[in-house]
Amino acid sequence: MDILRIATAGSVDDGKSTLIGRLLYETNSITKDKIEALETASKRKGLDFLDLSLLTDGLIAEREQGITIDVAHIYFSTPTRKYIIADTPGHVEYTRNMVTGASNVKVSLILVDARQGVVEQTARHLSIAAMLRIPKVIICINKMDLVQYQESTFNAIKDSLAELVAQTTFEGQEISFLPISSLYGQNITQKASEMPWFSGNTLLGELEAFEYASTLAHAPARFPVQFVVRPMTEAYHDYRGYAGKISSGTFQVGDSIRVLPTGQESTIATIEKFESKLSQAIAGDSVTITLTTDIDISRGNTLVLASEDQPPQLKDFSAQICWLDHTALSPGKTYLLQHGINITKAKISQITERLDVATQSATEGVSNLQLNEIGTIALRTAQPISADKYAANPSNGAFILIDEFTNSTVGVGFVK
Amino acid sequence: MQTIQDKIGHFPRQLEDESIYILREVAAQFERPALLFSGGKDSITLVRLAQKAFFPGKIPFPLVHIDTGHNFPETIEFRDWLAKETGAELIVRYVQDSINQGKATEESGKYASRNVLQTVTLLDTIEEFKFDACIGGARRDEEKARAKERIFSVRDDFGQWDAKRQRPELFDMLNGRIAVGENVRVFPISNWTELDVWNYIKEEKMDIPSIYYSHQRQVIERDGMLWADSDYLNKEADEIPFEATVRFRTVGDMTCTAAVASDAIDIDVIIEEILSAEISERGARIDDKRSEAAMEKRKQQGYF
Repeated sequence: MDILRIATAGSVDDGKSTLIGRLLYETNSITKDKIEALETASKRKGLDFLDLSLLTDGLIAEREQGITIDVAHIYFSTPTRKYIIADTPGHVEYTRNMVTGASNVKVSLILVDARQGVVEQTARHLSIAAMLRIPKVIICINKMDLVQYQESTFNAIKDSLAELVAQTTFEGQEISFLPISSLYGQNITQKASEMPWFSGNTLLGELEAFEYASTLAHAPARFPVQFVVRPMTEAYHDYRGYAGKISSGTFQVGDSIRVLPTGQESTIATIEKFESKLSQAIAGDSVTITLTTDIDISRGNTLVLASEDQPPQLKDFSAQICWLDHTALSPGKTYLLQHGINITKAKISQITERLDVATQSATEGVSNLQLNEIGTIALRTAQPISADKYAANPSNGAFILIDEFTNSTVGVGFVK
Repeated sequence: MQTIQDKIGHFPRQLEDESIYILREVAAQFERPALLFSGGKDSITLVRLAQKAFFPGKIPFPLVHIDTGHNFPETIEFRDWLAKETGAELIVRYVQDSINQGKATEESGKYASRNVLQTVTLLDTIEEFKFDACIGGARRDEEKARAKERIFSVRDDFGQWDAKRQRPELFDMLNGRIAVGENVRVFPISNWTELDVWNYIKEEKMDIPSIYYSHQRQVIERDGMLWADSDYLNKEADEIPFEATVRFRTVGDMTCTAAVASDAIDIDVIIEEILSAEISERGARIDDKRSEAAMEKRKQQGYF
């Protein structure tokens, strides 16, 4: 059984929380006591219907202001797969949360209010979905009940997005449009009786049918060593195992490997997962690898296949970056760069351009990047990193920047 | 015939891989990590994952139990057995000691419990051993405030959680850098649901404390729930204990965990029960019912 991770995005009043509440409600993922609590809370707010958005708006401040201010994770399952929704806020100032919530997902749900049509946030979200290389985007035109379920409204919004979609999408990305009503459960898990003109799938139908090719398993093999297992017990006196999670590709027993950055070579003796020995392991597997020869490998080294393309050792490179901190990024400052599990110092030598994600236009000659801004930077690291281009191998092409003094995660970068 | 697995699917193995990755990051990034062990199914799952993460090496951090003194005896017995079985170091600290030292005061009234008090003992224990990372079995599906919790959750030197100061977590990159005095709470099974945990226990054939299975017990009825009778429960005159066939769906203190009437003697029946249950897991936690924002308030104070 697999897991499908989804990010939801929308502006404040697009009805995102209601949509998620509706999905949970109609897949029987809410227990009776929670529904009762919902009824009480809805009544207290003076509503005569079940306010499904109350299910996910978790924090006290959110309940007071009626908005979602952080990433919340919501779970539901069908017999086909387990779903994890990262519900992210649509406020302009909280774009950092959207990038955070969407960084792991395979599907992005973008909500558009049928009465308002496309707004700046819609463009921002499409553009972020493209930047993160999210393979599927479902654009839900919500609140169709408030526009009399008119096909013309749906088509007009779809048409107005065509140019933007063409501009942001990348090869292999699937984009679909759905007319829905979260409040009345139209086209969520059941076909909309009110919109016979729409022949497409329901939202749940789209999600259940989505098969993302396991591209990561077919990308070049990368295994960052997290931890060296040395039991030093009698039974395992000379045992040296390299523990980690395969970030891309496939490793097999007998494969010739190379260690980066040292360049040493060896052969895989065993691939172990607890007490069982495997003949091969693929992207996503947490395993322990032993080698036929005793070479010096430590945390932060990456094992790759000697026969495959190897990641370049980057020291001076350019990257797209999304800034996540209240203190702006300023060129010349030194940050800690964490690529996977590897940390090195990095200096931003230049901000090449700033991208306006809503219009896709770039501005050159900017002196800083503020919270929620996206740009391209040139940087130099103290130690080389074994990174691929993000577009070619997303699992080995992203990094975070950490402020040395506050220890906060202040930016996320994508190797160009 | 349709089996349970046809209805709900198998345990998604990807969850195990992700949790093991997190545990290895803890061992690598911190100097003094500890695994907070309560004896409940979630922390038992953590111990299993830790065993797997470092095999054939031993678990490279101690199991720490904050003993309220109100635990079910079956839980304590199981805790000691598991520590022996895995060869892990076990550290136990007692809420009673905090009370004796005047740092915590016993609650009064019929709802008195030591659930809130254990935060005092926990923070003292963190200070005593200078733990910089404490691994816990909290899951995001348990409760609304927990749905917003990070995998690495930074706490200040009073153990406090600040929802607005949380670090963004991108991809699987975990930033565990902290200042002196701060510590990190780590939640490796954040993305598991209650059903995932039970499916995992089943597929791994793990042992769990006997009170999770149906048994005979003296209980009282209060607020529509069954409470285990014990010396620690403040009963009113009309609350007469009677014998019932029950099990526990979640295991906390005897004073704050309600039992459910159940004949489930094996794990398949337990899973069936969860699927059809009308009450959520934390619905059986009396400590959460104090107010709508009970969990968030306790977390701000340093609770798990």
